[in-house]
Amino acid sequence: MKRPPRHAPSRIESTADLRSFQRMMAAAVVRPLDANDRLQSKWIDGRPMDLVAAEFIKPNDRLTSFERLQLYNQMYWFRLFDAIRDDCPGLLATLGEKAFGRLAQAYLAHFPSRSFTLRNLCSRLEEFMRSHPSLTAPRTALALEIARFEWAQTVAFDGEARPVVTAASLAGTRPSRLRLGLQPYVTLLDLRHPVDTYLMSVKRREAMRSEASNTPDSKVVHRRSLRRARLPRPARTLVAVHRLDNKLFYKRLDPAAFRILRALARGAPLSRAVAAAGPGARPAKVQAWFASWMALGWFCARGNKRARRAS
Amino acid sequence: MPANRFNGHCDYGIGIGLRVPHYSHILSKKPVVDWFEIISENFMVDGGRPLELLDRILEQYRVVQHGVSMYFGSADKPDRTHLRRLRNLVRRTKTPWLSDHLCWGSVDGTYTHDLLPMPYTFAAARRTAEKIRQVRDFLEVPICVENVSSYAEFHASEMTEWEFLSEVVDLADCGILLDVNNIYVSSKNHSFDPYDYLNNIPHERVGQMHVAGHTRFEKYILDTHDHPVLDPVWKLYAHATALCGVSATLLEWDDKIPSFDEVHNEALKANAFIDGAKKAVV
Repeated sequence: MKRPPRHAPSRIESTADLRSFQRMMAAAVVRPLDANDRLQSKWIDGRPMDLVAAEFIKPNDRLTSFERLQLYNQMYWFRLFDAIRDDCPGLLATLGEKAFGRLAQAYLAHFPSRSFTLRNLCSRLEEFMRSHPSLTAPRTALALEIARFEWAQTVAFDGEARPVVTAASLAGTRPSRLRLGLQPYVTLLDLRHPVDTYLMSVKRREAMRSEASNTPDSKVVHRRSLRRARLPRPARTLVAVHRLDNKLFYKRLDPAAFRILRALARGAPLSRAVAAAGPGARPAKVQAWFASWMALGWFCARGNKRARRAS
Repeated sequence: MPANRFNGHCDYGIGIGLRVPHYSHILSKKPVVDWFEIISENFMVDGGRPLELLDRILEQYRVVQHGVSMYFGSADKPDRTHLRRLRNLVRRTKTPWLSDHLCWGSVDGTYTHDLLPMPYTFAAARRTAEKIRQVRDFLEVPICVENVSSYAEFHASEMTEWEFLSEVVDLADCGILLDVNNIYVSSKNHSFDPYDYLNNIPHERVGQMHVAGHTRFEKYILDTHDHPVLDPVWKLYAHATALCGVSATLLEWDDKIPSFDEVHNEALKANAFIDGAKKAVV
Protein backbone atom coordinates (compact mmCIF):
# COMPACT_ATOMS: atom_id res chain seq x y z
CA MET A 1 0.00 0.00 0.00
CA LYS A 2 1.31 3.42 -0.89
CA ARG A 3 2.01 5.94 1.82
CA PRO A 4 -1.17 7.69 2.94
CA PRO A 5 -1.62 11.41 2.36
CA ARG A 6 -0.83 13.76 5.23
CA HIS A 7 -4.51 14.69 5.42
CA ALA A 8 -7.60 12.86 4.18
CA PRO A 9 -9.32 14.87 1.47
CA SER A 10 -12.09 17.04 2.85
CA ARG A 11 -14.10 16.57 -0.34
CA ILE A 12 -14.23 13.53 -2.59
CA GLU A 13 -14.88 14.71 -6.11
CA SER A 14 -12.88 12.23 -8.16
CA THR A 15 -11.55 8.68 -8.11
CA ALA A 16 -8.17 10.13 -7.12
CA ASP A 17 -9.77 11.74 -4.07
CA LEU A 18 -11.48 8.45 -3.24
CA ARG A 19 -8.19 6.59 -3.49
CA SER A 20 -6.49 9.16 -1.29
CA PHE A 21 -9.26 8.84 1.30
CA GLN A 22 -9.06 5.05 1.21
CA ARG A 23 -5.27 5.07 1.60
CA MET A 24 -5.67 7.21 4.70
CA MET A 25 -8.32 5.05 6.31
CA ALA A 26 -6.73 1.74 5.32
CA ALA A 27 -3.39 2.84 6.77
CA ALA A 28 -5.15 3.56 10.06
CA VAL A 29 -7.10 0.30 10.01
CA VAL A 30 -4.08 -1.94 9.40
CA ARG A 31 -1.78 -0.07 11.79
CA PRO A 32 -0.66 -2.38 14.63
CA LEU A 33 -2.57 -2.08 17.88
CA ASP A 34 -0.79 -0.76 20.96
CA ALA A 35 0.15 -2.92 23.93
CA ASN A 36 -3.41 -2.69 25.26
CA ASP A 37 -5.00 -3.77 21.97
CA ARG A 38 -6.10 -0.22 21.23
CA LEU A 39 -5.57 2.19 18.35
CA GLN A 40 -2.17 3.83 18.70
CA SER A 41 -2.33 7.30 20.21
CA LYS A 42 0.07 8.83 17.68
CA TRP A 43 -0.20 8.82 13.89
CA ILE A 44 2.76 7.85 11.72
CA ASP A 45 3.88 11.49 11.50
CA GLY A 46 3.72 11.94 15.27
CA ARG A 47 0.43 13.89 15.41
CA PRO A 48 -2.12 12.87 18.05
CA MET A 49 -4.34 10.19 16.53
CA ASP A 50 -7.52 11.72 17.91
CA LEU A 51 -6.88 14.82 15.81
CA VAL A 52 -6.09 12.78 12.71
CA ALA A 53 -9.22 10.65 13.12
CA ALA A 54 -11.36 13.74 13.66
CA GLU A 55 -10.23 15.13 10.30
CA PHE A 56 -12.22 12.53 8.38
CA ILE A 57 -14.48 10.61 10.79
CA LYS A 58 -17.49 12.19 12.44
CA PRO A 59 -18.00 11.65 16.15
CA ASN A 60 -21.47 10.92 17.51
CA ASP A 61 -23.07 11.45 20.89
CA ARG A 62 -21.53 8.23 22.24
CA LEU A 63 -18.23 7.70 20.46
CA THR A 64 -15.38 10.00 19.47
CA SER A 65 -13.87 9.84 16.00
CA PHE A 66 -10.91 8.04 17.54
CA GLU A 67 -13.16 5.41 19.13
CA ARG A 68 -15.06 4.80 15.89
CA LEU A 69 -11.84 4.32 13.98
CA GLN A 70 -10.54 2.09 16.75
CA LEU A 71 -13.45 -0.32 16.21
CA TYR A 72 -12.27 -0.98 12.67
CA ASN A 73 -8.62 -1.15 13.73
CA GLN A 74 -9.43 -3.77 16.38
CA MET A 75 -11.73 -5.78 14.14
CA TYR A 76 -9.00 -5.96 11.50
CA TRP A 77 -6.40 -7.31 13.88
CA PHE A 78 -8.70 -9.68 15.74
CA ARG A 79 -9.94 -11.13 12.48
CA LEU A 80 -6.45 -11.65 11.11
CA PHE A 81 -5.11 -13.02 14.38
CA ASP A 82 -7.95 -15.52 14.42
CA ALA A 83 -7.17 -16.58 10.85
CA ILE A 84 -3.44 -17.00 11.46
CA ARG A 85 -4.08 -18.95 14.67
CA ASP A 86 -6.44 -21.28 12.83
CA ASP A 87 -3.83 -21.94 10.17
CA CYS A 88 -0.82 -22.28 12.49
CA PRO A 89 -1.79 -24.29 15.57
CA GLY A 90 1.60 -25.99 15.66
CA LEU A 91 3.51 -22.72 15.55
CA LEU A 92 1.30 -21.34 18.29
CA ALA A 93 1.85 -24.38 20.49
CA THR A 94 5.60 -24.19 19.92
CA LEU A 95 6.12 -20.49 20.54
CA GLY A 96 3.42 -19.88 23.12
CA GLU A 97 0.78 -17.15 23.13
CA LYS A 98 2.99 -14.12 23.67
CA ALA A 99 5.75 -14.93 21.21
CA PHE A 100 3.23 -16.11 18.62
CA GLY A 101 1.28 -12.86 19.03
CA ARG A 102 4.44 -10.80 18.51
CA LEU A 103 5.36 -12.84 15.46
CA ALA A 104 1.86 -12.56 13.96
CA GLN A 105 1.69 -8.81 14.46
CA ALA A 106 5.17 -8.23 13.04
CA TYR A 107 4.47 -10.49 10.06
CA LEU A 108 1.14 -8.93 9.19
CA ALA A 109 2.55 -5.44 9.58
CA HIS A 110 5.42 -6.35 7.24
CA PHE A 111 3.37 -8.41 4.79
CA PRO A 112 -0.24 -7.20 4.94
CA SER A 113 -2.66 -9.37 3.01
CA ARG A 114 -2.37 -9.07 -0.76
CA SER A 115 -5.02 -11.68 -1.49
CA PHE A 116 -8.80 -11.57 -1.58
CA THR A 117 -8.87 -14.63 0.67
CA LEU A 118 -7.54 -15.25 4.15
CA ARG A 119 -6.51 -18.67 2.88
CA ASN A 120 -3.31 -17.10 1.59
CA LEU A 121 -2.53 -15.15 4.75
CA CYS A 122 0.42 -17.34 5.77
CA SER A 123 1.91 -17.77 2.32
CA ARG A 124 4.99 -15.68 3.21
CA LEU A 125 5.24 -16.50 6.89
CA GLU A 126 8.26 -18.79 6.57
CA GLU A 127 10.05 -16.19 4.44
CA PHE A 128 9.37 -13.54 7.07
CA MET A 129 10.47 -15.78 9.93
CA ARG A 130 13.70 -16.58 8.13
CA SER A 131 14.57 -12.89 7.94
CA HIS A 132 13.48 -12.18 11.53
CA PRO A 133 14.93 -15.05 13.58
CA SER A 134 14.82 -13.12 16.85
CA LEU A 135 11.03 -13.40 16.84
CA THR A 136 11.20 -17.19 17.11
CA ALA A 137 14.39 -17.64 19.11
CA PRO A 138 15.43 -19.98 20.67
CA ARG A 139 13.21 -22.33 18.64
CA THR A 140 13.81 -20.80 15.23
CA ALA A 141 14.86 -23.99 13.43
CA LEU A 142 11.84 -25.93 14.62
CA ALA A 143 9.49 -22.99 14.09
CA LEU A 144 10.62 -22.59 10.47
CA GLU A 145 9.92 -26.23 9.77
CA ILE A 146 6.49 -26.04 11.37
CA ALA A 147 5.63 -22.95 9.31
CA ARG A 148 6.63 -24.80 6.14
CA PHE A 149 4.62 -27.82 7.16
CA GLU A 150 1.51 -25.86 8.05
CA TRP A 151 1.59 -23.99 4.76
CA ALA A 152 2.00 -27.34 2.98
CA GLN A 153 -1.22 -28.44 4.68
CA THR A 154 -3.05 -25.43 3.29
CA VAL A 155 -1.76 -26.28 -0.18
CA ALA A 156 -2.71 -29.95 0.22
CA PHE A 157 -6.18 -29.06 1.40
CA ASP A 158 -7.40 -27.09 -1.60
CA GLY A 159 -4.52 -26.90 -4.07
CA GLU A 160 -4.98 -27.67 -7.72
CA ALA A 161 -5.23 -31.28 -8.89
CA ARG A 162 -4.16 -31.91 -12.46
CA PRO A 163 -5.17 -34.92 -14.54
CA VAL A 164 -3.13 -37.89 -13.38
CA VAL A 165 -0.85 -39.68 -15.78
CA THR A 166 -1.55 -43.37 -16.24
CA ALA A 167 0.76 -46.23 -16.97
CA ALA A 168 -0.86 -46.53 -20.38
CA SER A 169 -0.20 -42.90 -21.22
CA LEU A 170 3.48 -43.36 -20.39
CA ALA A 171 3.97 -46.46 -22.46
CA GLY A 172 6.35 -45.99 -25.34
CA THR A 173 8.21 -42.99 -23.90
CA ARG A 174 11.87 -43.66 -23.22
CA PRO A 175 12.84 -43.20 -19.52
CA SER A 176 15.62 -40.86 -20.59
CA ARG A 177 13.02 -38.52 -22.09
CA LEU A 178 10.08 -39.07 -19.74
CA ARG A 179 9.47 -36.23 -17.30
CA LEU A 180 6.72 -36.50 -14.70
CA GLY A 181 5.24 -33.70 -12.66
CA LEU A 182 4.09 -33.95 -9.07
CA GLN A 183 0.56 -32.81 -8.31
CA PRO A 184 0.55 -29.16 -7.17
CA TYR A 185 -1.07 -30.18 -3.89
CA VAL A 186 1.85 -32.47 -2.95
CA THR A 187 4.71 -30.87 -1.01
CA LEU A 188 7.96 -32.73 -0.28
CA LEU A 189 9.62 -31.72 2.96
CA ASP A 190 13.12 -32.54 4.17
CA LEU A 191 12.96 -31.72 7.88
CA ARG A 192 15.31 -31.93 10.83
CA HIS A 193 12.42 -32.65 13.22
CA PRO A 194 9.49 -35.09 13.12
CA VAL A 195 7.03 -32.26 12.59
CA ASP A 196 4.36 -34.60 11.27
CA THR A 197 3.96 -36.57 14.48
CA TYR A 198 4.42 -33.43 16.54
CA LEU A 199 1.54 -31.67 14.79
CA MET A 200 -0.68 -34.69 15.13
CA SER A 201 -0.09 -34.55 18.84
CA VAL A 202 -0.88 -30.83 18.94
CA LYS A 203 -4.04 -30.88 16.96
CA ARG A 204 -5.63 -32.85 14.25
CA ARG A 205 -7.24 -30.30 12.02
CA GLU A 206 -9.15 -30.76 8.83
CA ALA A 207 -11.55 -27.91 9.15
CA MET A 208 -12.58 -25.99 6.11
CA ARG A 209 -11.93 -22.31 5.71
CA SER A 210 -15.08 -20.39 6.33
CA GLU A 211 -15.15 -16.70 5.68
CA ALA A 212 -18.48 -15.14 6.33
CA SER A 213 -20.26 -11.96 5.58
CA ASN A 214 -19.56 -8.90 7.67
CA THR A 215 -19.12 -10.57 11.02
CA PRO A 216 -16.70 -8.74 13.27
CA ASP A 217 -15.12 -10.81 15.96
CA SER A 218 -15.78 -9.13 19.27
CA LYS A 219 -13.65 -11.54 21.22
CA VAL A 220 -10.30 -10.06 22.18
CA VAL A 221 -8.88 -13.08 23.91
CA HIS A 222 -8.73 -16.28 21.99
CA ARG A 223 -10.76 -19.23 23.01
CA ARG A 224 -9.41 -22.56 22.06
CA SER A 225 -6.66 -24.06 24.10
CA LEU A 226 -4.36 -26.26 22.12
CA ARG A 227 -3.07 -29.46 23.52
CA ARG A 228 0.36 -29.05 25.00
CA ALA A 229 2.76 -31.42 23.34
CA ARG A 230 6.35 -32.24 24.09
CA LEU A 231 8.65 -30.48 21.62
CA PRO A 232 10.15 -32.95 19.19
CA ARG A 233 13.78 -33.99 19.44
CA PRO A 234 15.80 -33.51 16.24
CA ALA A 235 15.47 -36.42 13.83
CA ARG A 236 15.70 -36.18 10.07
CA THR A 237 12.22 -36.59 8.65
CA LEU A 238 11.37 -36.91 4.99
CA VAL A 239 7.68 -36.51 4.35
CA ALA A 240 5.17 -35.72 1.64
CA VAL A 241 2.16 -33.64 2.65
CA HIS A 242 -0.68 -34.57 0.31
CA ARG A 243 -4.34 -35.44 0.11
CA LEU A 244 -6.26 -38.54 -0.81
CA ASP A 245 -9.99 -38.59 -1.33
CA ASN A 246 -9.85 -34.93 -0.29
CA LYS A 247 -8.47 -35.72 3.15
CA LEU A 248 -5.06 -34.54 4.38
CA PHE A 249 -2.28 -37.09 4.79
CA TYR A 250 1.40 -37.11 5.66
CA LYS A 251 3.48 -39.85 4.08
CA ARG A 252 6.93 -40.63 5.43
CA LEU A 253 9.44 -41.34 2.69
CA ASP A 254 12.56 -43.45 2.52
CA PRO A 255 15.60 -41.24 1.73
CA ALA A 256 16.05 -42.88 -1.66
CA ALA A 257 12.36 -42.45 -2.47
CA PHE A 258 12.58 -38.82 -1.44
CA ARG A 259 15.53 -38.26 -3.76
CA ILE A 260 13.61 -39.75 -6.68
CA LEU A 261 10.55 -37.59 -6.07
CA ARG A 262 12.63 -34.47 -5.55
CA ALA A 263 14.50 -35.08 -8.78
CA LEU A 264 11.24 -35.56 -10.67
CA ALA A 265 9.79 -32.44 -9.10
CA ARG A 266 12.85 -30.50 -10.23
CA GLY A 267 12.35 -31.63 -13.79
CA ALA A 268 14.75 -34.55 -14.14
CA PRO A 269 13.81 -37.23 -16.64
CA LEU A 270 12.72 -40.54 -15.16
CA SER A 271 16.01 -42.35 -15.74
CA ARG A 272 18.02 -39.62 -13.99
CA ALA A 273 15.52 -39.39 -11.14
CA VAL A 274 15.75 -43.13 -10.52
CA ALA A 275 19.53 -42.89 -10.60
CA ALA A 276 19.30 -40.23 -7.89
CA ALA A 277 18.03 -42.94 -5.55
CA GLY A 278 21.58 -44.23 -5.33
CA PRO A 279 23.07 -47.66 -5.65
CA GLY A 280 21.42 -48.96 -2.49
CA ALA A 281 17.90 -48.77 -3.87
CA ARG A 282 16.81 -52.19 -5.08
CA PRO A 283 14.83 -52.20 -8.34
CA ALA A 284 11.94 -54.09 -6.76
CA LYS A 285 11.68 -51.46 -4.06
CA VAL A 286 11.77 -48.59 -6.55
CA GLN A 287 9.09 -50.35 -8.58
CA ALA A 288 6.91 -50.68 -5.49
CA TRP A 289 7.34 -46.99 -4.68
CA PHE A 290 6.26 -45.98 -8.15
CA ALA A 291 3.25 -48.29 -7.95
CA SER A 292 2.27 -46.62 -4.68
CA TRP A 293 2.75 -43.08 -6.00
CA MET A 294 0.78 -43.88 -9.14
CA ALA A 295 -2.02 -45.31 -7.00
CA LEU A 296 -2.03 -42.13 -4.94
CA GLY A 297 -2.38 -40.10 -8.14
CA TRP A 298 0.72 -38.04 -7.44
CA PHE A 299 1.98 -37.83 -11.01
CA CYS A 300 0.69 -35.42 -13.59
CA ALA A 301 1.98 -33.70 -16.66
CA ARG A 302 4.81 -31.33 -15.83
CA GLY A 303 3.94 -27.75 -14.93
CA ASN A 304 6.19 -24.81 -14.29
CA LYS A 305 5.63 -24.37 -10.58
CA ARG A 306 6.60 -27.80 -9.32
CA ALA A 307 10.33 -27.32 -9.12
CA ARG A 308 9.99 -24.35 -6.81
CA ARG A 309 8.02 -26.26 -4.20
CA ALA A 310 10.32 -29.23 -3.70
CA SER A 311 12.60 -28.68 -0.73
CA MET B 1 -39.99 -7.99 -5.82
CA PRO B 2 -40.61 -11.75 -5.88
CA ALA B 3 -38.94 -12.32 -9.20
CA ASN B 4 -37.31 -9.62 -11.24
CA ARG B 5 -34.43 -9.00 -13.58
CA PHE B 6 -32.12 -8.41 -10.62
CA ASN B 7 -32.50 -11.92 -9.28
CA GLY B 8 -32.66 -13.73 -12.58
CA HIS B 9 -36.48 -13.81 -12.44
CA CYS B 10 -36.25 -16.44 -9.69
CA ASP B 11 -39.00 -16.75 -7.15
CA TYR B 12 -36.85 -18.26 -4.42
CA GLY B 13 -38.20 -18.65 -0.90
CA ILE B 14 -36.36 -18.70 2.39
CA GLY B 15 -32.77 -19.86 2.45
CA ILE B 16 -29.91 -20.10 4.87
CA GLY B 17 -26.17 -19.67 4.57
CA LEU B 18 -24.23 -22.85 3.83
CA ARG B 19 -21.84 -23.20 6.76
CA VAL B 20 -19.21 -25.80 7.62
CA PRO B 21 -20.79 -27.14 10.85
CA HIS B 22 -23.89 -28.12 8.89
CA TYR B 23 -22.28 -29.97 5.99
CA SER B 24 -22.53 -33.38 7.53
CA HIS B 25 -26.19 -32.92 8.46
CA ILE B 26 -27.13 -31.56 5.05
CA LEU B 27 -25.38 -34.30 3.13
CA SER B 28 -26.64 -37.14 5.29
CA LYS B 29 -30.17 -35.98 6.13
CA LYS B 30 -30.91 -34.02 2.95
CA PRO B 31 -33.27 -31.57 4.67
CA VAL B 32 -35.73 -29.63 2.55
CA VAL B 33 -34.40 -26.09 2.13
CA ASP B 34 -35.50 -23.61 -0.51
CA TRP B 35 -31.95 -22.55 -1.28
CA PHE B 36 -28.49 -22.04 0.14
CA GLU B 37 -26.34 -18.96 -0.06
CA ILE B 38 -22.63 -19.70 -0.33
CA ILE B 39 -19.76 -17.34 0.36
CA SER B 40 -18.07 -17.28 -3.03
CA GLU B 41 -14.57 -16.85 -1.60
CA ASN B 42 -14.78 -20.15 0.31
CA PHE B 43 -15.03 -21.95 -3.01
CA MET B 44 -12.73 -19.87 -5.20
CA VAL B 45 -10.04 -22.48 -4.74
CA ASP B 46 -8.21 -24.72 -7.17
CA GLY B 47 -9.39 -28.07 -5.88
CA GLY B 48 -9.83 -30.36 -2.92
CA ARG B 49 -12.59 -30.81 -0.45
CA PRO B 50 -14.37 -27.45 -0.77
CA LEU B 51 -15.22 -28.04 -4.42
CA GLU B 52 -16.14 -31.68 -3.85
CA LEU B 53 -18.60 -30.64 -1.16
CA LEU B 54 -19.96 -27.83 -3.26
CA ASP B 55 -20.62 -30.21 -6.13
CA ARG B 56 -22.51 -32.54 -3.82
CA ILE B 57 -24.64 -29.65 -2.58
CA LEU B 58 -25.27 -28.47 -6.14
CA GLU B 59 -26.62 -31.90 -7.05
CA GLN B 60 -29.52 -31.40 -4.67
CA TYR B 61 -30.00 -27.74 -3.85
CA ARG B 62 -30.35 -24.33 -5.40
CA VAL B 63 -27.35 -22.17 -4.58
CA VAL B 64 -26.85 -18.42 -4.79
CA GLN B 65 -23.41 -16.84 -4.54
CA HIS B 66 -22.67 -14.07 -2.08
CA GLY B 67 -19.26 -12.41 -2.07
CA VAL B 68 -17.25 -10.59 0.57
CA SER B 69 -14.25 -9.33 -1.37
CA MET B 70 -15.33 -7.68 -4.60
CA TYR B 71 -15.15 -4.28 -2.95
CA PHE B 72 -17.18 -2.41 -5.55
CA GLY B 73 -16.41 0.83 -3.73
CA SER B 74 -12.63 0.52 -3.78
CA ALA B 75 -10.94 3.02 -6.06
CA ASP B 76 -8.79 0.23 -7.52
CA LYS B 77 -9.81 -1.39 -10.79
CA PRO B 78 -11.40 -4.85 -10.57
CA ASP B 79 -8.74 -7.55 -10.37
CA ARG B 80 -8.98 -9.61 -13.56
CA THR B 81 -7.52 -12.74 -11.94
CA HIS B 82 -10.09 -12.51 -9.18
CA LEU B 83 -12.86 -12.00 -11.71
CA ARG B 84 -11.78 -15.03 -13.74
CA ARG B 85 -11.85 -17.18 -10.61
CA LEU B 86 -15.27 -15.84 -9.76
CA ARG B 87 -16.54 -16.46 -13.27
CA ASN B 88 -15.39 -20.08 -13.06
CA LEU B 89 -17.40 -20.47 -9.89
CA VAL B 90 -20.44 -18.76 -11.41
CA ARG B 91 -20.33 -21.26 -14.24
CA ARG B 92 -20.05 -24.12 -11.76
CA THR B 93 -22.93 -23.04 -9.51
CA LYS B 94 -25.11 -21.47 -12.22
CA THR B 95 -26.10 -18.91 -9.64
CA PRO B 96 -29.11 -16.97 -10.96
CA TRP B 97 -27.76 -13.78 -9.44
CA LEU B 98 -24.69 -12.76 -7.49
CA SER B 99 -24.41 -10.41 -4.58
CA ASP B 100 -21.63 -8.52 -2.86
CA HIS B 101 -21.38 -5.49 -0.66
CA LEU B 102 -21.66 -1.77 -1.22
CA CYS B 103 -18.39 -1.05 0.48
CA TRP B 104 -14.67 -0.91 0.02
CA GLY B 105 -11.92 -2.91 1.70
CA SER B 106 -8.76 -2.86 -0.37
CA VAL B 107 -6.46 -0.19 -1.71
CA ASP B 108 -3.37 -0.53 -3.90
CA GLY B 109 -3.86 -4.31 -3.75
CA THR B 110 -3.71 -4.54 0.05
CA TYR B 111 -6.75 -6.18 1.61
CA THR B 112 -8.32 -5.35 4.97
CA HIS B 113 -10.75 -8.29 4.81
CA ASP B 114 -13.41 -5.98 6.17
CA LEU B 115 -16.47 -4.33 4.68
CA LEU B 116 -15.56 -0.70 5.15
CA PRO B 117 -18.20 2.01 4.75
CA MET B 118 -18.15 4.36 1.81
CA PRO B 119 -17.94 8.11 1.91
CA TYR B 120 -21.36 8.95 0.46
CA THR B 121 -20.37 11.26 -2.36
CA PHE B 122 -21.45 11.55 -5.99
CA ALA B 123 -17.94 10.83 -7.25
CA ALA B 124 -17.76 7.68 -5.14
CA ALA B 125 -21.19 6.62 -6.41
CA ARG B 126 -20.10 7.06 -10.04
CA ARG B 127 -16.91 5.05 -9.52
CA THR B 128 -18.76 2.30 -7.66
CA ALA B 129 -21.48 2.04 -10.28
CA GLU B 130 -18.86 1.86 -13.03
CA LYS B 131 -17.21 -1.09 -11.30
CA ILE B 132 -20.50 -2.90 -10.76
CA ARG B 133 -21.22 -2.59 -14.48
CA GLN B 134 -17.75 -3.88 -15.36
CA VAL B 135 -18.13 -6.88 -13.07
CA ARG B 136 -21.62 -7.69 -14.31
CA ASP B 137 -20.51 -7.48 -17.93
CA PHE B 138 -17.59 -9.79 -17.22
CA LEU B 139 -19.54 -12.34 -15.20
CA GLU B 140 -22.71 -12.13 -17.29
CA VAL B 141 -24.96 -12.56 -14.27
CA PRO B 142 -27.30 -10.08 -12.53
CA ILE B 143 -25.79 -8.35 -9.51
CA CYS B 144 -27.36 -7.19 -6.28
CA VAL B 145 -25.41 -4.94 -3.93
CA GLU B 146 -25.85 -5.23 -0.20
CA ASN B 147 -25.96 -2.35 2.25
CA VAL B 148 -23.40 -2.95 5.02
CA SER B 149 -23.58 -2.26 8.72
CA SER B 150 -21.22 0.49 9.76
CA TYR B 151 -19.61 2.04 12.78
CA ALA B 152 -18.27 5.27 11.30
CA GLU B 153 -19.49 8.19 9.19
CA PHE B 154 -17.34 10.59 7.25
CA HIS B 155 -17.17 14.38 7.00
CA ALA B 156 -16.77 14.07 3.25
CA SER B 157 -20.21 12.50 2.77
CA GLU B 158 -22.66 14.52 0.69
CA MET B 159 -25.81 12.47 1.21
CA THR B 160 -27.45 9.82 3.40
CA GLU B 161 -26.61 6.17 3.08
CA TRP B 162 -29.94 5.35 1.44
CA GLU B 163 -29.50 8.18 -1.04
CA PHE B 164 -26.07 6.82 -1.87
CA LEU B 165 -27.44 3.29 -2.31
CA SER B 166 -30.19 4.61 -4.57
CA GLU B 167 -27.72 6.65 -6.61
CA VAL B 168 -25.38 3.70 -7.10
CA VAL B 169 -28.01 1.16 -8.12
CA ASP B 170 -29.61 3.65 -10.47
CA LEU B 171 -26.29 4.47 -12.17
CA ALA B 172 -25.29 0.81 -12.31
CA ASP B 173 -28.79 -0.40 -13.15
CA CYS B 174 -28.34 -3.25 -10.68
CA GLY B 175 -30.34 -4.78 -7.87
CA ILE B 176 -30.29 -4.44 -4.11
CA LEU B 177 -29.66 -7.12 -1.54
CA LEU B 178 -31.49 -5.41 1.28
CA ASP B 179 -30.02 -6.37 4.64
CA VAL B 180 -32.58 -5.16 7.15
CA ASN B 181 -30.41 -6.12 10.11
CA ASN B 182 -27.63 -3.95 8.72
CA ILE B 183 -30.06 -1.06 8.37
CA TYR B 184 -31.09 -1.52 11.98
CA VAL B 185 -27.49 -1.74 13.24
CA SER B 186 -26.41 1.36 11.32
CA SER B 187 -29.52 3.27 12.35
CA LYS B 188 -28.61 2.78 16.00
CA ASN B 189 -24.93 3.54 15.44
CA HIS B 190 -25.68 6.70 13.45
CA SER B 191 -28.99 7.79 14.98
CA PHE B 192 -31.25 7.72 11.95
CA ASP B 193 -34.74 6.31 11.52
CA PRO B 194 -34.49 2.91 9.79
CA TYR B 195 -37.96 3.41 8.32
CA ASP B 196 -36.72 6.52 6.52
CA TYR B 197 -34.11 4.26 4.95
CA LEU B 198 -36.64 1.64 3.88
CA ASN B 199 -39.16 4.16 2.60
CA ASN B 200 -36.67 5.97 0.39
CA ILE B 201 -34.94 3.33 -1.67
CA PRO B 202 -36.06 2.02 -5.08
CA HIS B 203 -38.17 -0.94 -3.93
CA GLU B 204 -38.48 -2.36 -7.40
CA ARG B 205 -34.73 -3.07 -7.43
CA VAL B 206 -34.72 -5.32 -4.37
CA GLY B 207 -33.79 -8.81 -5.50
CA GLN B 208 -33.04 -10.40 -2.15
CA MET B 209 -33.15 -9.70 1.58
CA HIS B 210 -30.95 -10.64 4.52
CA VAL B 211 -31.90 -10.98 8.15
CA ALA B 212 -29.50 -11.72 11.00
CA GLY B 213 -28.81 -11.23 14.67
CA HIS B 214 -26.60 -8.59 16.21
CA THR B 215 -25.02 -7.75 19.56
CA ARG B 216 -25.72 -4.63 21.56
CA PHE B 217 -22.91 -3.00 23.47
CA GLU B 218 -23.08 0.05 25.69
CA LYS B 219 -22.23 2.60 23.01
CA TYR B 220 -22.79 0.79 19.75
CA ILE B 221 -24.23 -2.30 18.10
CA LEU B 222 -22.07 -4.89 16.36
CA ASP B 223 -23.30 -6.93 13.43
CA THR B 224 -22.18 -10.28 14.82
CA HIS B 225 -24.52 -12.78 13.13
CA ASP B 226 -24.34 -14.92 16.26
CA HIS B 227 -27.87 -14.60 17.62
CA PRO B 228 -31.44 -15.18 16.52
CA VAL B 229 -33.03 -12.25 14.71
CA LEU B 230 -34.30 -9.66 17.16
CA ASP B 231 -37.84 -8.30 17.13
CA PRO B 232 -37.07 -4.81 15.81
CA VAL B 233 -35.33 -6.40 12.83
CA TRP B 234 -38.30 -8.67 12.10
CA LYS B 235 -40.54 -5.60 12.21
CA LEU B 236 -38.29 -3.88 9.71
CA TYR B 237 -38.35 -7.01 7.59
CA ALA B 238 -42.15 -7.01 7.62
CA HIS B 239 -42.17 -3.38 6.55
CA ALA B 240 -39.62 -4.03 3.83
CA THR B 241 -41.67 -6.94 2.54
CA ALA B 242 -44.78 -4.78 2.45
CA LEU B 243 -42.91 -2.19 0.40
CA CYS B 244 -40.88 -4.43 -1.87
CA GLY B 245 -42.98 -7.58 -2.15
CA VAL B 246 -42.01 -11.03 -1.02
CA SER B 247 -38.36 -11.44 -1.92
CA ALA B 248 -35.86 -14.26 -1.65
CA THR B 249 -34.87 -14.10 1.99
CA LEU B 250 -31.83 -15.44 3.74
CA LEU B 251 -30.87 -15.79 7.39
CA GLU B 252 -27.18 -15.20 8.13
CA TRP B 253 -25.77 -17.02 11.16
CA ASP B 254 -21.99 -17.06 11.08
CA ASP B 255 -20.68 -17.37 14.62
CA LYS B 256 -21.69 -19.57 17.57
CA ILE B 257 -23.61 -21.53 14.98
CA PRO B 258 -26.28 -23.79 16.49
CA SER B 259 -27.76 -26.93 14.93
CA PHE B 260 -28.99 -26.92 11.38
CA ASP B 261 -32.59 -27.26 12.53
CA GLU B 262 -32.30 -24.30 14.87
CA VAL B 263 -30.88 -22.09 12.14
CA HIS B 264 -33.44 -23.25 9.59
CA ASN B 265 -36.35 -22.80 12.00
CA GLU B 266 -35.15 -19.29 12.76
CA ALA B 267 -35.09 -18.51 9.05
CA LEU B 268 -38.57 -19.92 8.56
CA LYS B 269 -39.93 -17.38 11.05
CA ALA B 270 -39.83 -15.03 8.08
CA ASN B 271 -42.94 -16.83 6.77
CA ALA B 272 -45.09 -15.25 9.46
CA PHE B 273 -44.04 -11.78 8.39
CA ILE B 274 -44.44 -12.63 4.73
CA ASP B 275 -47.99 -13.82 5.40
CA GLY B 276 -48.68 -10.67 7.35
CA ALA B 277 -47.42 -8.52 4.53
CA LYS B 278 -49.55 -10.44 2.01
CA LYS B 279 -52.68 -9.99 4.11
CA ALA B 280 -51.97 -6.29 4.46
CA VAL B 281 -51.84 -5.99 0.67
CA VAL B 282 -55.13 -7.92 0.25
